[in-house]
Amino acid sequence: MRGLFRFFRKPETVAGILILAILALMALASPLLFPGDPQAIAGPALLPPFQDWSLPLGTDRLGRDVLAELFYGARTSLAVGLAAAAAALALGAVIGTLAGFAGGIADDALMRLTDAFQTVPGFLLALAFVSVVGPSLMVVVIAIALSAWTGPARVARAEVLSIRERDYVAAARVAGMHPLEIAFREVLPNALPPVLALSSIIVAGAVLTEAALSFLGLGDPNRVTWGGMIAEGRAVLRSAPYLSIVPGIALVSTVLGVYLAGEGIVETAAVRRGLS
Amino acid sequence: MNRALLLLRRRLVGSVFVLALVIVGTFLLLEAAPGDAVDAYIASTGGDAGMVETLRQSWGLDQSALTRLASYVWALAHFDLGRSVAFSRPILDVILERLPSTLLLMGSATALSFALGSLLGIVAGARPGSFRDRLLSIGSLALYAVPSFWFGLVLIVVFAVDLRWLPVGGIETIASGRTGLSRAADIAVHLVLPVTALGLIYLALYLRMMRAGMAEIWRLDFILAARARGLPRQRIVLAHVARNALLPLVTMLGLQSAQMLGGSVVIESVFAVPGLGRLAQEAVSARDTPLLMGIILTSAVLVVLINLAVDIAYAFLDPRVGASEAAA
Repeated sequence: MRGLFRFFRKPETVAGILILAILALMALASPLLFPGDPQAIAGPALLPPFQDWSLPLGTDRLGRDVLAELFYGARTSLAVGLAAAAAALALGAVIGTLAGFAGGIADDALMRLTDAFQTVPGFLLALAFVSVVGPSLMVVVIAIALSAWTGPARVARAEVLSIRERDYVAAARVAGMHPLEIAFREVLPNALPPVLALSSIIVAGAVLTEAALSFLGLGDPNRVTWGGMIAEGRAVLRSAPYLSIVPGIALVSTVLGVYLAGEGIVETAAVRRGLS
Repeated sequence: MNRALLLLRRRLVGSVFVLALVIVGTFLLLEAAPGDAVDAYIASTGGDAGMVETLRQSWGLDQSALTRLASYVWALAHFDLGRSVAFSRPILDVILERLPSTLLLMGSATALSFALGSLLGIVAGARPGSFRDRLLSIGSLALYAVPSFWFGLVLIVVFAVDLRWLPVGGIETIASGRTGLSRAADIAVHLVLPVTALGLIYLALYLRMMRAGMAEIWRLDFILAARARGLPRQRIVLAHVARNALLPLVTMLGLQSAQMLGGSVVIESVFAVPGLGRLAQEAVSARDTPLLMGIILTSAVLVVLINLAVDIAYAFLDPRVGASEAAA
């Protein structure tokens, strides 16, 4: 209860949570509020915002409802951001745990692999992966995870290096547990908190990478994305700049919401650990 | 000096391993790409099935994957990245032609974010927890949340379309016949918007790192000692706190270089800067996978070189680095 109180004390955290809640509602409610295909023609092309109240945010170059696209874009952004971040955190935690727990040559090999992934610019790697395998939601998620797992892996390894010297790990060894079982049932769960502290940065990065990929035309063509909307609006940037600006504002608020809420969660967790 | 050389040797050995892994990675991606060089060649020139077979044999594409990897590495060792299908020129030539623009863009953006970021970081870290500190921290977070390509478009709308102060894109005025200083000024004017879009976003990283470092140093004993000696506050902030917090930021310069290169891909296509990033996008839309892999290899080499340079600079700045190895 006290943790909850402390959590909601900072106005920044409350703002972050509020933004994320609105986004989640938008994502969940979009099929109810806008039944039918958001990519279908809904009215005259290039209708400015606040003119026709059945199309509050107007229409784009092809006459699609901008508000409906904005709602469906929230779905894609949140789904890709969360899935890619979860995949990156899981992959990083597993590789970091294996490297830290095994030590020796396995550790060296896995850490060189991590170095190699960190040497190639993450966005270029994601771009190349999507371009070779072909754009679909799943491929975009994998591409983003491939470019984001190295941070969590390093943090997990550092944590495991200290955990593996603890007494309960020695006890598990004496009890005859298989090393892999020790690594994943005893060590990994205890190494998770600092890895999870990275999640807000990773989710935010994943949302931004997805947007940039879609902006360059490498998003799933069957889904509305904010990055794709910005790229669409770019063709009429001089006459209808709002088409690029509105989805951009949605993107900025999403990423900011993730950062603010994430910082609050990490601070609360740190205080609680410090107290106990 | 000896210290720096020893450090350099150790880092070089590590870099060779890392680059070898990157090469294997790009080879695997090339293998995974649908179609091979012969398909691409036939698609642009035309030809029958018999010709496809002879070409595959003469280009060695009917060999096993391991043999092909060996010949790929052999070619790379001779600085041969293969031929670009889209440009019908050697890939290395195309890349080297585009590299200067990217280096200029990246270098200027890094300088901007480092200088402004550490400066604002000092302002925020001078009094941790103050109103100014909170304002700067939240402001930098908001800036970091902005997608660089969208920020670039907004800058274009405001400064190039509405106000007409700056050019919309490109690296210089086409066929202007300018030379020397006047050409340099022309390029500088064209770079203002892309450098701002790329640099301001990464500013937050340096600001936050500087601020966090300073907040930690304020608690140390030697600051208390400096206060006890009655030094003016401004002198403590600059000469004691900020100076010691600045050093870790240098490491960040190297770590940041890969991210900056990735960011320049999008910024270059927004502002039509003919650099490596725009080339990557052109390679993607032309389905020129060998060119894309060449770009990835070049950026990996670039990142390795930048990190080596940063390590050496760090060894000069901080006498503790590598001292244990030199003694051994």
